[in-house]
Amino acid sequence: MTIGLSHFLVVSAVLFVIGVTGIILNRRNLLVLLMAIELVLLSANINFVAFSVFQHNLIGQVFTIMVLTVAAAETAIGLAILVIYFRNRGDIAVENATLLKG
Amino acid sequence: MISASFLYVVRPELVLALMGLFAFLVAIVGGNRVARSVGFIVLAGFFFATITMFSSSRLEGLLNGVFPMQAFGGLFVDDAFARLSKVIVLVASACSILLSWHYFEKEGSSRSEYPVLVLFATLGMMAMISAGDFLSLYLGLELQSLSLYILAAFKRDDARSSEAGLKYFILGALSSGVLLYGVSLIYGFSGTTNFDVLANLFQSGSTVHPGVVVGLVFVCAAVAFKLSGVPFHMWAPDVYEGAPTPVTAFFASAPKLAALALLVRLLLGPFAGASVYWHQAVLFIAVASMLWGAFAGLVQFNLKRLLAYSAIANVGFLLVGVLAGGIDGVQALFIYFSIYALNILGAFAVVLCLRRKGKEVESLSDLAGLSRTNPLLALGMAVLMFSLAGIPPLAGFFGKYFIFLAAVHHGLVFLAVIGMLSSVVSAYYYLRIVKIMYFDEPLIRIDPMTDWGVRLVLGGAALVMVAFAFMPAPLVDYTLKVAHEFV
Repeated sequence: MTIGLSHFLVVSAVLFVIGVTGIILNRRNLLVLLMAIELVLLSANINFVAFSVFQHNLIGQVFTIMVLTVAAAETAIGLAILVIYFRNRGDIAVENATLLKG
Repeated sequence: MISASFLYVVRPELVLALMGLFAFLVAIVGGNRVARSVGFIVLAGFFFATITMFSSSRLEGLLNGVFPMQAFGGLFVDDAFARLSKVIVLVASACSILLSWHYFEKEGSSRSEYPVLVLFATLGMMAMISAGDFLSLYLGLELQSLSLYILAAFKRDDARSSEAGLKYFILGALSSGVLLYGVSLIYGFSGTTNFDVLANLFQSGSTVHPGVVVGLVFVCAAVAFKLSGVPFHMWAPDVYEGAPTPVTAFFASAPKLAALALLVRLLLGPFAGASVYWHQAVLFIAVASMLWGAFAGLVQFNLKRLLAYSAIANVGFLLVGVLAGGIDGVQALFIYFSIYALNILGAFAVVLCLRRKGKEVESLSDLAGLSRTNPLLALGMAVLMFSLAGIPPLAGFFGKYFIFLAAVHHGLVFLAVIGMLSSVVSAYYYLRIVKIMYFDEPLIRIDPMTDWGVRLVLGGAALVMVAFAFMPAPLVDYTLKVAHEFV
Protein backbone atom coordinates (compact mmCIF):
# COMPACT_ATOMS: atom_id res chain seq x y z
CA MET A 1 0.00 0.00 0.00
CA THR A 2 1.36 3.43 -0.86
CA ILE A 3 0.82 6.32 1.46
CA GLY A 4 -1.04 9.04 -0.44
CA LEU A 5 -2.22 12.57 0.28
CA SER A 6 -5.52 11.38 1.71
CA HIS A 7 -3.76 9.43 4.47
CA PHE A 8 -2.03 12.58 5.66
CA LEU A 9 -5.28 14.51 5.50
CA VAL A 10 -7.06 11.90 7.58
CA VAL A 11 -4.34 11.97 10.24
CA SER A 12 -4.47 15.74 10.44
CA ALA A 13 -8.29 15.77 10.54
CA VAL A 14 -8.23 13.25 13.40
CA LEU A 15 -5.66 15.35 15.28
CA PHE A 16 -7.77 18.46 14.72
CA VAL A 17 -10.89 16.80 16.07
CA ILE A 18 -9.01 15.42 19.10
CA GLY A 19 -7.69 18.89 19.82
CA VAL A 20 -11.06 20.62 19.55
CA THR A 21 -12.92 18.01 21.59
CA GLY A 22 -10.10 18.18 24.15
CA ILE A 23 -10.77 21.89 24.57
CA ILE A 24 -14.53 21.46 24.78
CA LEU A 25 -14.77 18.35 26.96
CA ASN A 26 -11.82 18.78 29.33
CA ARG A 27 -13.07 19.96 32.75
CA ARG A 28 -10.09 19.22 34.94
CA ASN A 29 -6.78 20.72 34.00
CA LEU A 30 -5.88 23.89 32.15
CA LEU A 31 -2.52 22.46 31.08
CA VAL A 32 -4.38 19.86 29.04
CA LEU A 33 -6.06 22.74 27.19
CA LEU A 34 -2.65 24.08 26.17
CA MET A 35 -1.73 20.66 24.79
CA ALA A 36 -5.02 20.47 22.92
CA ILE A 37 -4.34 23.86 21.33
CA GLU A 38 -0.93 22.61 20.26
CA LEU A 39 -2.58 19.57 18.63
CA VAL A 40 -4.89 21.82 16.61
CA LEU A 41 -1.95 23.91 15.36
CA LEU A 42 0.09 20.80 14.50
CA SER A 43 -2.78 19.27 12.57
CA ALA A 44 -2.78 22.37 10.35
CA ASN A 45 0.98 21.99 9.96
CA ILE A 46 0.64 18.39 8.77
CA ASN A 47 -1.88 19.59 6.20
CA PHE A 48 0.46 22.30 4.97
CA VAL A 49 3.47 20.02 4.62
CA ALA A 50 1.48 17.21 2.98
CA PHE A 51 -0.10 19.57 0.44
CA SER A 52 3.27 21.20 -0.17
CA VAL A 53 4.99 17.90 -0.92
CA PHE A 54 2.24 16.50 -3.11
CA GLN A 55 1.87 19.72 -5.12
CA HIS A 56 5.62 20.40 -5.46
CA ASN A 57 5.00 23.88 -4.11
CA LEU A 58 7.11 25.39 -1.32
CA ILE A 59 4.60 27.91 0.12
CA GLY A 60 3.18 25.34 2.53
CA GLN A 61 6.55 24.54 4.09
CA VAL A 62 7.37 28.22 4.56
CA PHE A 63 3.98 28.61 6.20
CA THR A 64 4.73 25.70 8.55
CA ILE A 65 7.99 27.23 9.76
CA MET A 66 6.17 30.48 10.52
CA VAL A 67 3.40 28.61 12.34
CA LEU A 68 5.91 26.68 14.47
CA THR A 69 7.59 29.92 15.51
CA VAL A 70 4.32 31.64 16.37
CA ALA A 71 3.06 28.55 18.22
CA ALA A 72 6.15 28.61 20.42
CA ALA A 73 5.51 32.26 21.31
CA GLU A 74 1.84 31.49 21.89
CA THR A 75 2.64 28.67 24.31
CA ALA A 76 5.09 30.88 26.20
CA ILE A 77 2.42 33.53 26.68
CA GLY A 78 -0.19 30.93 27.58
CA LEU A 79 2.03 29.46 30.29
CA ALA A 80 2.81 32.94 31.63
CA ILE A 81 -0.90 33.72 31.94
CA LEU A 82 -1.46 30.30 33.52
CA VAL A 83 1.21 31.05 36.13
CA ILE A 84 -0.34 34.38 37.18
CA TYR A 85 -3.75 32.70 37.25
CA PHE A 86 -2.42 29.97 39.51
CA ARG A 87 -0.84 32.57 41.82
CA ASN A 88 -4.17 34.34 42.20
CA ARG A 89 -6.43 31.34 42.53
CA GLY A 90 -4.26 28.52 43.84
CA ASP A 91 -5.52 25.89 41.41
CA ILE A 92 -5.83 25.33 37.67
CA ALA A 93 -9.03 23.31 37.37
CA VAL A 94 -11.15 24.42 34.42
CA GLU A 95 -14.44 24.04 36.29
CA ASN A 96 -13.34 26.53 38.95
CA ALA A 97 -12.71 29.35 36.47
CA THR A 98 -16.11 30.90 37.16
CA LEU A 99 -15.44 34.36 38.62
CA LEU A 100 -16.79 35.90 35.45
CA LYS A 101 -20.23 34.65 34.62
CA GLY A 102 -23.58 36.12 33.73
CA MET B 1 19.39 46.26 -8.67
CA ILE B 2 17.47 45.58 -5.54
CA SER B 3 14.60 47.99 -5.36
CA ALA B 4 13.96 49.77 -2.09
CA SER B 5 10.40 50.58 -3.09
CA PHE B 6 9.03 48.16 -0.51
CA LEU B 7 10.19 50.68 2.10
CA TYR B 8 7.70 53.10 0.64
CA VAL B 9 4.80 50.63 0.88
CA VAL B 10 5.42 49.69 4.50
CA ARG B 11 6.41 53.18 5.71
CA PRO B 12 3.78 53.55 8.47
CA GLU B 13 4.49 50.07 9.83
CA LEU B 14 8.22 50.69 9.64
CA VAL B 15 7.94 53.95 11.58
CA LEU B 16 5.69 52.32 14.15
CA ALA B 17 7.94 49.27 14.56
CA LEU B 18 11.03 51.43 15.08
CA MET B 19 9.21 53.62 17.59
CA GLY B 20 8.00 50.46 19.32
CA LEU B 21 11.52 49.10 19.66
CA PHE B 22 12.71 52.47 20.97
CA ALA B 23 9.83 52.59 23.49
CA PHE B 24 10.67 49.04 24.52
CA LEU B 25 14.28 50.01 25.11
CA VAL B 26 13.28 53.01 27.21
CA ALA B 27 10.86 50.79 29.16
CA ILE B 28 13.55 48.20 29.88
CA VAL B 29 16.22 50.73 30.88
CA GLY B 30 13.93 53.04 32.86
CA GLY B 31 11.67 50.50 34.51
CA ASN B 32 8.21 51.40 35.76
CA ARG B 33 9.14 54.97 36.72
CA VAL B 34 9.16 56.01 33.07
CA ALA B 35 5.73 54.61 32.22
CA ARG B 36 4.51 58.08 31.18
CA SER B 37 7.49 58.82 28.95
CA VAL B 38 6.94 55.48 27.23
CA GLY B 39 3.31 56.48 26.74
CA PHE B 40 4.44 59.71 25.09
CA ILE B 41 6.84 57.86 22.79
CA VAL B 42 4.05 55.49 21.74
CA LEU B 43 1.63 58.37 21.11
CA ALA B 44 4.34 60.06 19.03
CA GLY B 45 4.76 56.79 17.13
CA PHE B 46 1.05 56.70 16.29
CA PHE B 47 1.23 60.33 15.20
CA PHE B 48 4.29 59.85 12.94
CA ALA B 49 2.81 56.69 11.43
CA THR B 50 -0.33 58.63 10.48
CA ILE B 51 1.74 61.49 9.04
CA THR B 52 3.93 59.22 6.90
CA MET B 53 0.87 57.57 5.45
CA PHE B 54 -0.25 60.81 3.83
CA SER B 55 2.96 62.70 3.20
CA SER B 56 3.80 61.12 -0.11
CA SER B 57 4.86 64.19 -2.10
CA ARG B 58 8.44 64.23 -0.83
CA LEU B 59 8.88 60.48 -1.17
CA GLU B 60 7.49 60.75 -4.66
CA GLY B 61 10.67 62.50 -5.82
CA LEU B 62 12.81 59.69 -4.45
CA LEU B 63 10.87 57.06 -6.33
CA ASN B 64 10.48 59.04 -9.59
CA GLY B 65 6.73 59.18 -9.24
CA VAL B 66 6.29 55.43 -9.08
CA PHE B 67 3.82 54.46 -6.39
CA PRO B 68 4.11 50.78 -5.69
CA MET B 69 0.92 49.36 -4.21
CA GLN B 70 2.40 46.04 -3.15
CA ALA B 71 5.50 44.82 -1.39
CA PHE B 72 7.19 41.52 -0.61
CA GLY B 73 5.80 39.80 -3.69
CA GLY B 74 2.16 40.62 -2.97
CA LEU B 75 2.26 39.77 0.74
CA PHE B 76 1.58 43.36 1.65
CA VAL B 77 -0.90 45.72 0.00
CA ASP B 78 -1.15 49.47 0.42
CA ASP B 79 -4.37 51.06 -0.87
CA ALA B 80 -6.86 53.73 0.16
CA PHE B 81 -8.96 51.13 1.99
CA ALA B 82 -5.96 50.07 4.08
CA ARG B 83 -4.97 53.67 4.78
CA LEU B 84 -8.36 54.75 6.04
CA SER B 85 -8.70 51.62 8.20
CA LYS B 86 -5.23 52.21 9.61
CA VAL B 87 -6.00 55.81 10.48
CA ILE B 88 -9.13 54.72 12.40
CA VAL B 89 -7.14 51.99 14.17
CA LEU B 90 -4.36 54.42 15.09
CA VAL B 91 -6.83 56.97 16.47
CA ALA B 92 -8.61 54.29 18.51
CA SER B 93 -5.31 52.97 19.89
CA ALA B 94 -4.18 56.49 20.79
CA CYS B 95 -7.48 57.04 22.63
CA SER B 96 -6.94 53.82 24.57
CA ILE B 97 -3.47 55.04 25.65
CA LEU B 98 -5.05 58.32 26.78
CA LEU B 99 -7.70 56.40 28.72
CA SER B 100 -5.06 54.39 30.55
CA TRP B 101 -2.96 57.47 31.38
CA HIS B 102 -3.91 57.66 35.06
CA TYR B 103 -5.74 54.38 35.41
CA PHE B 104 -2.88 52.04 36.22
CA GLU B 105 -1.34 54.57 38.60
CA LYS B 106 -4.58 54.69 40.56
CA GLU B 107 -4.70 50.91 40.59
CA GLY B 108 -1.13 50.85 41.83
CA SER B 109 0.07 48.73 38.92
CA SER B 110 1.61 51.30 36.61
CA ARG B 111 4.00 49.48 34.31
CA SER B 112 5.77 50.76 31.24
CA GLU B 113 5.01 47.63 29.18
CA TYR B 114 1.42 48.70 28.70
CA PRO B 115 1.91 51.32 25.96
CA VAL B 116 4.47 49.10 24.23
CA LEU B 117 2.02 46.20 24.10
CA VAL B 118 -0.72 48.47 22.73
CA LEU B 119 1.73 49.62 20.06
CA PHE B 120 2.64 46.09 18.99
CA ALA B 121 -1.02 45.07 18.94
CA THR B 122 -1.66 48.07 16.69
CA LEU B 123 1.23 47.07 14.45
CA GLY B 124 -0.31 43.61 14.12
CA MET B 125 -3.67 45.14 13.21
CA MET B 126 -2.04 47.29 10.53
CA ALA B 127 -0.38 44.20 9.07
CA MET B 128 -3.75 42.40 9.08
CA ILE B 129 -5.43 45.31 7.31
CA SER B 130 -2.72 45.41 4.64
CA ALA B 131 -2.48 41.65 4.19
CA GLY B 132 -2.42 40.47 0.59
CA ASP B 133 -1.75 36.85 1.42
CA PHE B 134 -2.83 34.37 4.07
CA LEU B 135 0.72 34.26 5.43
CA SER B 136 0.88 37.98 6.25
CA LEU B 137 -2.70 37.78 7.48
CA TYR B 138 -1.78 35.06 9.95
CA LEU B 139 1.37 36.79 11.17
CA GLY B 140 -0.44 40.12 11.66
CA LEU B 141 -3.32 38.42 13.42
CA GLU B 142 -0.99 36.61 15.80
CA LEU B 143 1.07 39.72 16.57
CA GLN B 144 -2.20 41.43 17.48
CA SER B 145 -3.65 38.50 19.44
CA LEU B 146 -0.52 37.69 21.44
CA SER B 147 -0.30 41.31 22.60
CA LEU B 148 -4.01 41.35 23.44
CA TYR B 149 -3.80 38.16 25.55
CA ILE B 150 -1.20 39.84 27.76
CA LEU B 151 -3.19 43.07 27.92
CA ALA B 152 -6.33 41.23 29.10
CA ALA B 153 -4.37 39.73 32.01
CA PHE B 154 -2.49 42.97 32.65
CA LYS B 155 -3.54 43.45 36.30
CA ARG B 156 -1.62 40.40 37.31
CA ASP B 157 -2.52 40.45 41.00
CA ASP B 158 -6.23 40.63 40.19
CA ALA B 159 -7.96 37.24 39.94
CA ARG B 160 -10.66 38.50 37.55
CA SER B 161 -8.15 40.03 35.15
CA SER B 162 -6.04 36.88 35.02
CA GLU B 163 -9.13 34.74 34.49
CA ALA B 164 -10.18 37.04 31.63
CA GLY B 165 -6.71 36.72 30.12
CA LEU B 166 -6.81 32.94 30.44
CA LYS B 167 -10.23 32.61 28.82
CA TYR B 168 -9.28 34.97 26.02
CA PHE B 169 -6.04 33.11 25.43
CA ILE B 170 -7.59 29.65 25.22
CA LEU B 171 -10.48 30.60 22.98
CA GLY B 172 -8.29 32.95 20.93
CA ALA B 173 -5.66 30.28 20.36
CA LEU B 174 -8.38 27.82 19.36
CA SER B 175 -9.72 30.30 16.82
CA SER B 176 -6.21 30.83 15.44
CA GLY B 177 -5.94 27.07 15.06
CA VAL B 178 -9.27 26.94 13.25
CA LEU B 179 -8.11 29.76 10.96
CA LEU B 180 -4.89 27.91 10.17
CA TYR B 181 -6.70 24.69 9.42
CA GLY B 182 -9.00 26.58 7.06
CA VAL B 183 -6.06 28.28 5.37
CA SER B 184 -4.30 24.93 4.94
CA LEU B 185 -7.38 23.54 3.18
CA ILE B 186 -7.69 26.60 0.92
CA TYR B 187 -4.00 26.30 0.11
CA GLY B 188 -4.19 22.59 -0.52
CA PHE B 189 -7.14 22.66 -2.89
CA SER B 190 -6.26 25.85 -4.76
CA GLY B 191 -2.44 25.73 -4.67
CA THR B 192 -1.98 29.31 -3.51
CA THR B 193 -2.34 31.55 -0.50
CA ASN B 194 -2.24 34.83 -2.41
CA PHE B 195 -5.48 36.85 -2.49
CA ASP B 196 -5.04 38.10 -6.07
CA VAL B 197 -4.41 34.63 -7.45
CA LEU B 198 -7.40 33.31 -5.51
CA ALA B 199 -9.55 36.13 -6.90
CA ASN B 200 -8.58 35.14 -10.47
CA LEU B 201 -9.37 31.52 -9.67
CA PHE B 202 -12.91 32.31 -8.60
CA GLN B 203 -13.60 34.82 -11.36
CA SER B 204 -12.61 32.45 -14.11
CA GLY B 205 -15.92 30.71 -13.53
CA SER B 206 -14.44 27.29 -12.90
CA THR B 207 -16.18 25.23 -10.26
CA VAL B 208 -14.84 25.72 -6.75
CA HIS B 209 -13.41 22.62 -5.13
CA PRO B 210 -15.43 21.67 -2.01
CA GLY B 211 -12.18 21.62 -0.01
CA VAL B 212 -11.77 25.35 -0.63
CA VAL B 213 -15.35 25.96 0.51
CA VAL B 214 -14.74 24.05 3.76
CA GLY B 215 -11.56 26.07 4.27
CA LEU B 216 -13.45 29.30 3.65
CA VAL B 217 -16.05 28.36 6.28
CA PHE B 218 -13.28 27.68 8.81
CA VAL B 219 -11.67 31.05 8.05
CA CYS B 220 -15.01 32.86 8.36
CA ALA B 221 -15.66 31.19 11.73
CA ALA B 222 -12.24 32.26 13.03
CA VAL B 223 -12.72 35.87 11.92
CA ALA B 224 -16.23 35.87 13.41
CA PHE B 225 -14.63 34.79 16.66
CA LYS B 226 -12.23 37.73 16.56
CA LEU B 227 -15.20 40.00 15.82
CA SER B 228 -17.24 38.34 18.62
CA GLY B 229 -20.19 37.57 16.35
CA VAL B 230 -22.81 35.09 17.63
CA PRO B 231 -22.34 32.05 17.96
CA PHE B 232 -18.61 32.77 18.50
CA HIS B 233 -19.20 35.50 21.07
CA MET B 234 -19.07 33.59 24.36
CA TRP B 235 -15.66 34.95 25.31
CA ALA B 236 -16.60 38.61 24.87
CA PRO B 237 -18.75 39.38 27.96
CA ASP B 238 -16.36 37.59 30.33
CA VAL B 239 -13.24 39.19 28.88
CA TYR B 240 -14.83 42.63 28.70
CA GLU B 241 -15.86 42.40 32.33
CA GLY B 242 -12.61 40.98 33.69
CA ALA B 243 -10.02 42.93 31.71
CA PRO B 244 -8.85 46.33 33.05
CA THR B 245 -11.24 49.01 31.76
CA PRO B 246 -8.83 50.83 29.37
CA VAL B 247 -7.99 47.45 27.86
CA THR B 248 -11.70 46.69 27.44
CA ALA B 249 -12.11 50.03 25.65
CA PHE B 250 -9.25 49.01 23.36
CA PHE B 251 -10.80 45.56 22.70
CA ALA B 252 -14.11 47.12 21.75
CA SER B 253 -12.62 49.51 19.20
CA ALA B 254 -9.39 48.89 17.27
CA PRO B 255 -9.19 45.05 17.00
CA LYS B 256 -12.81 44.96 15.83
CA LEU B 257 -12.00 47.19 12.88
CA ALA B 258 -8.90 45.17 12.03
CA ALA B 259 -10.92 41.94 11.96
CA LEU B 260 -13.69 43.63 10.01
CA ALA B 261 -11.28 45.08 7.43
CA LEU B 262 -9.83 41.59 7.08
CA LEU B 263 -13.28 40.10 6.51
CA VAL B 264 -14.16 42.78 3.95
CA ARG B 265 -10.88 42.30 2.11
CA LEU B 266 -11.37 38.53 2.01
CA LEU B 267 -15.06 38.30 1.21
CA LEU B 268 -15.33 41.25 -1.19
CA GLY B 269 -11.87 40.54 -2.66
CA PRO B 270 -10.76 36.98 -3.49
CA PHE B 271 -14.00 35.34 -2.43
CA ALA B 272 -16.40 37.83 -4.04
CA GLY B 273 -16.92 35.36 -6.87
CA ALA B 274 -17.80 32.62 -4.38
CA SER B 275 -20.43 34.61 -2.49
CA VAL B 276 -22.98 31.80 -2.81
CA TYR B 277 -20.86 29.82 -0.39
CA TRP B 278 -20.39 32.39 2.38
CA HIS B 279 -23.50 34.54 2.05
CA GLN B 280 -25.76 32.30 4.13
CA ALA B 281 -23.19 31.82 6.90
CA VAL B 282 -22.48 35.54 7.28
CA LEU B 283 -26.22 36.26 7.10
CA PHE B 284 -26.82 33.90 10.01
CA ILE B 285 -24.03 35.46 12.09
CA ALA B 286 -25.35 38.96 11.36
CA VAL B 287 -28.96 38.19 12.35
CA ALA B 288 -27.96 36.14 15.41
CA SER B 289 -25.53 38.85 16.63
CA MET B 290 -28.08 41.65 16.25
CA LEU B 291 -30.82 39.74 18.07
CA TRP B 292 -28.66 38.15 20.77
CA GLY B 293 -26.81 41.40 21.47
CA ALA B 294 -30.13 43.21 21.88
CA PHE B 295 -31.98 40.63 24.00
CA ALA B 296 -29.15 39.36 26.23
CA GLY B 297 -28.17 42.95 27.00
CA LEU B 298 -31.56 43.50 28.63
CA VAL B 299 -30.68 41.43 31.70
CA GLN B 300 -27.18 42.79 32.37
CA PHE B 301 -26.40 44.82 35.48
CA ASN B 302 -22.66 45.27 35.02
CA LEU B 303 -21.85 48.27 32.82
CA LYS B 304 -18.84 46.66 31.13
CA ARG B 305 -20.79 43.48 30.44
CA LEU B 306 -23.65 45.51 29.04
CA LEU B 307 -21.28 47.31 26.68
CA ALA B 308 -19.96 43.90 25.59
CA TYR B 309 -23.47 42.90 24.49
CA SER B 310 -23.84 46.27 22.83
CA ALA B 311 -20.61 45.53 20.94
CA ILE B 312 -22.01 42.14 19.86
CA ALA B 313 -25.18 43.80 18.52
CA ASN B 314 -23.06 46.37 16.67
CA VAL B 315 -21.02 43.61 15.02
CA GLY B 316 -24.33 42.37 13.62
CA PHE B 317 -24.99 45.78 12.06
CA LEU B 318 -21.48 45.87 10.62
CA LEU B 319 -21.97 42.45 9.04
CA VAL B 320 -25.13 43.77 7.38
CA GLY B 321 -22.83 46.27 5.66
CA VAL B 322 -20.49 43.45 4.60
CA LEU B 323 -23.43 41.48 3.18
CA ALA B 324 -24.70 44.50 1.27
CA GLY B 325 -21.25 44.95 -0.30
CA GLY B 326 -20.71 47.27 -3.23
CA ILE B 327 -19.61 50.88 -3.00
CA ASP B 328 -22.37 52.02 -0.66
CA GLY B 329 -21.90 48.98 1.58
CA VAL B 330 -18.19 49.65 2.10
CA GLN B 331 -18.85 53.36 2.57
CA ALA B 332 -21.55 52.63 5.16
CA LEU B 333 -19.16 50.28 6.98
CA PHE B 334 -16.52 52.97 7.33
CA ILE B 335 -19.02 55.63 8.44
CA TYR B 336 -20.64 53.26 10.92
CA PHE B 337 -17.39 52.03 12.34
CA SER B 338 -15.69 55.40 12.80
CA ILE B 339 -18.75 56.70 14.65
CA TYR B 340 -19.19 53.52 16.68
CA ALA B 341 -15.52 53.36 17.74
CA LEU B 342 -15.57 56.90 19.09
CA ASN B 343 -18.92 56.28 20.72
CA ILE B 344 -17.84 53.17 22.59
CA LEU B 345 -14.48 54.71 23.59
CA GLY B 346 -16.40 57.65 25.08
CA ALA B 347 -18.71 55.25 26.94
CA PHE B 348 -15.72 53.45 28.44
CA ALA B 349 -14.25 56.83 29.40
CA VAL B 350 -17.38 57.31 31.52
CA VAL B 351 -16.91 53.85 33.08
CA LEU B 352 -13.34 54.87 33.93
CA CYS B 353 -14.66 57.95 35.74
CA LEU B 354 -16.85 55.86 38.04
CA ARG B 355 -14.85 55.61 41.22
CA ARG B 356 -15.97 55.81 44.78
CA LYS B 357 -13.29 56.74 47.30
CA GLY B 358 -10.69 55.67 44.74
CA LYS B 359 -12.25 52.21 44.17
CA GLU B 360 -13.71 51.27 40.80
CA VAL B 361 -17.46 50.76 40.61
CA GLU B 362 -19.06 49.40 37.46
CA SER B 363 -22.61 48.31 38.15
CA LEU B 364 -25.61 50.06 36.60
CA SER B 365 -27.08 51.05 39.96
CA ASP B 366 -23.93 53.01 40.80
CA LEU B 367 -24.95 55.47 38.09
CA ALA B 368 -28.06 56.45 40.06
CA GLY B 369 -28.47 60.20 40.41
CA LEU B 370 -25.27 60.93 38.52
CA SER B 371 -26.95 64.01 37.01
CA ARG B 372 -27.01 65.61 40.45
CA THR B 373 -23.56 64.59 41.66
CA ASN B 374 -21.59 64.95 38.39
CA PRO B 375 -23.83 66.80 35.89
CA LEU B 376 -21.20 67.06 33.14
CA LEU B 377 -20.33 63.37 33.27
CA ALA B 378 -24.03 62.49 33.17
CA LEU B 379 -24.60 64.78 30.19
CA GLY B 380 -21.69 63.23 28.30
CA MET B 381 -22.96 59.70 29.03
CA ALA B 382 -26.51 60.67 28.02
CA VAL B 383 -25.30 61.99 24.65
CA LEU B 384 -23.26 58.82 24.04
CA MET B 385 -26.15 56.51 25.02
CA PHE B 386 -28.66 58.37 22.83
CA SER B 387 -26.16 58.09 20.00
CA LEU B 388 -25.66 54.33 20.54
CA ALA B 389 -29.44 53.93 20.60
CA GLY B 390 -29.55 55.68 17.20
CA ILE B 391 -31.65 58.71 18.11
CA PRO B 392 -31.38 61.53 15.55
CA PRO B 393 -29.71 64.03 15.23
CA LEU B 394 -26.79 62.29 16.96
CA ALA B 395 -24.10 60.58 14.91
CA GLY B 396 -25.13 57.02 15.81
CA PHE B 397 -28.35 57.52 13.88
CA PHE B 398 -26.50 58.34 10.66
CA GLY B 399 -24.27 55.29 11.00
CA LYS B 400 -27.32 53.02 11.18
CA TYR B 401 -29.04 55.02 8.42
CA PHE B 402 -26.20 54.42 5.94
CA ILE B 403 -25.97 50.72 6.81
CA PHE B 404 -29.69 50.07 6.39
CA LEU B 405 -29.83 52.21 3.24
CA ALA B 406 -27.07 50.06 1.71
CA ALA B 407 -28.90 46.89 2.80
CA VAL B 408 -32.17 48.03 1.19
CA HIS B 409 -30.38 49.06 -2.04
CA HIS B 410 -28.94 45.58 -2.33
CA GLY B 411 -32.27 43.86 -1.75
CA LEU B 412 -31.67 42.86 1.87
CA VAL B 413 -34.90 44.41 3.17
CA PHE B 414 -35.34 41.50 5.56
CA LEU B 415 -32.00 42.24 7.22
CA ALA B 416 -32.78 45.94 7.50
CA VAL B 417 -36.07 45.14 9.25
CA ILE B 418 -34.36 42.78 11.72
CA GLY B 419 -31.72 45.42 12.32
CA MET B 420 -34.26 48.12 13.08
CA LEU B 421 -36.25 45.85 15.40
CA SER B 422 -33.16 44.84 17.31
CA SER B 423 -32.02 48.45 17.60
CA VAL B 424 -35.43 49.28 19.09
CA VAL B 425 -34.95 46.50 21.65
CA SER B 426 -31.43 47.60 22.50
CA ALA B 427 -32.61 51.20 22.85
CA TYR B 428 -34.24 49.95 26.06
CA TYR B 429 -30.96 49.31 27.82
CA TYR B 430 -29.28 52.45 26.52
CA LEU B 431 -32.19 54.63 27.63
CA ARG B 432 -32.42 52.81 30.95
CA ILE B 433 -28.94 54.10 31.72
CA VAL B 434 -30.14 57.65 31.03
CA LYS B 435 -33.18 57.06 33.21
CA ILE B 436 -31.03 55.75 36.09
CA MET B 437 -28.73 58.75 35.83
CA TYR B 438 -31.43 61.39 35.68
CA PHE B 439 -34.41 60.08 37.63
CA ASP B 440 -33.09 57.75 40.35
CA GLU B 441 -31.99 58.85 43.80
CA PRO B 442 -28.21 58.87 44.22
CA LEU B 443 -27.02 55.88 46.29
CA ILE B 444 -23.32 56.56 46.37
CA ARG B 445 -21.19 59.59 45.72
CA ILE B 446 -18.97 59.26 42.65
CA ASP B 447 -15.56 60.96 42.91
CA PRO B 448 -15.13 64.02 40.66
CA MET B 449 -13.28 63.20 37.45
CA THR B 450 -9.75 64.52 37.30
CA ASP B 451 -7.86 62.65 34.55
CA TRP B 452 -7.20 64.85 31.56
CA GLY B 453 -6.82 61.86 29.21
CA VAL B 454 -10.25 60.49 30.08
CA ARG B 455 -11.83 63.95 29.90
CA LEU B 456 -10.28 64.52 26.49
CA VAL B 457 -11.66 61.27 25.05
CA LEU B 458 -15.09 61.71 26.64
CA GLY B 459 -15.41 65.35 25.60
CA GLY B 460 -14.12 64.67 22.09
CA ALA B 461 -16.45 61.71 21.58
CA ALA B 462 -19.54 63.56 22.85
CA LEU B 463 -18.68 66.59 20.71
CA VAL B 464 -18.28 64.51 17.55
CA MET B 465 -21.60 62.73 18.21
CA VAL B 466 -23.37 66.12 18.35
CA ALA B 467 -21.39 67.88 15.61
CA PHE B 468 -21.54 65.13 12.98
CA ALA B 469 -25.08 66.07 11.92
CA PHE B 470 -23.95 69.61 11.13
CA MET B 471 -20.94 68.71 9.04
CA PRO B 472 -21.07 65.12 7.84
CA ALA B 473 -19.43 66.01 4.51
CA PRO B 474 -15.74 65.28 5.29
CA LEU B 475 -16.34 61.74 6.50
CA VAL B 476 -19.08 60.89 3.99
CA ASP B 477 -17.13 62.21 0.99
CA TYR B 478 -13.83 60.65 1.97
CA THR B 479 -15.31 57.23 2.71
CA LEU B 480 -17.13 57.36 -0.65
CA LYS B 481 -13.81 58.01 -2.41
CA VAL B 482 -12.18 55.11 -0.58
CA ALA B 483 -15.09 52.78 -1.31
CA HIS B 484 -14.92 53.72 -5.02
CA GLU B 485 -11.27 52.82 -5.17
CA PHE B 486 -11.76 49.57 -3.27
CA VAL B 487 -14.66 48.08 -5.21
